Amino acid sequence: MPVDVRLPNILRPAAGGQATVEAAGETVGEVFDDLIRQHPGLRDQLLTPEGEIHRHLNIFLNDDDIRYLGKLDAKVGARDTLTLMPAVAGG
Amino acid sequence: MACLAGDTTSHGTFEPMLVLRKELHDQMVAHCLDGYPLEACGLLAGVLDSDSTATVAGLYPTDNVAASARVYEVDARGMLRADREAEAEGRQILGVYHSHTHTEAKPSPTDISQAPDPGWRYVLVSLRDAHPSVRSWRIRGGKIIEEPVVLE
Repeated sequence: MPVDVRLPNILRPAAGGQATVEAAGETVGEVFDDLIRQHPGLRDQLLTPEGEIHRHLNIFLNDDDIRYLGKLDAKVGARDTLTLMPAVAGG
Repeated sequence: MACLAGDTTSHGTFEPMLVLRKELHDQMVAHCLDGYPLEACGLLAGVLDSDSTATVAGLYPTDNVAASARVYEVDARGMLRADREAEAEGRQILGVYHSHTHTEAKPSPTDISQAPDPGWRYVLVSLRDAHPSVRSWRIRGGKIIEEPVVLE
């Protein structure tokens, strides 16, 4: 299923400056694999060396935070949108 | 330090600055005071003038999911909502504000190490003294650079 992946400012340089990239997959994990295949420079910013989502990244599948949908196993459908945003925190 | 701009027609300078309507400044400070004794946080949206002047047009107070007097974390759903509303209004997220309940309005080592975006403004609201102070900073490569906050 092709989905739109919306990237925050900080990830756009690694995606050739694009704010939205179309990527395909049945799950968030597969969409990420396709995204990384298209833009290998994104890999280290999206995933840890163990293949988990970086904790400083929040990911929404449409309106839902994927940490409640099974994270990388969350199923995606046609015309879904994945929105990636940095975690904003400090002290 | 925040200062009042006498002439709002032109800032005529390439010095970076944050321009903020007094009404938004006051709402931001009120949100921080409401959050006390915990840190409060929120997002700022508006327009950028070739990376120097950031003009804030919208304020998005968010929940501090850390619910702490020492650290803050912007609620992710609040960030999503702010991002969408800003985009719908032709604006972008310019940065984040948060309060320091007992220290000065300057980024802490934690703020510096966790700053998510080198293009953002980081606005600090200190509640240490009787009169809250508001200061704006860039955080890039582990360094902080202050910029004036201009009220209009």
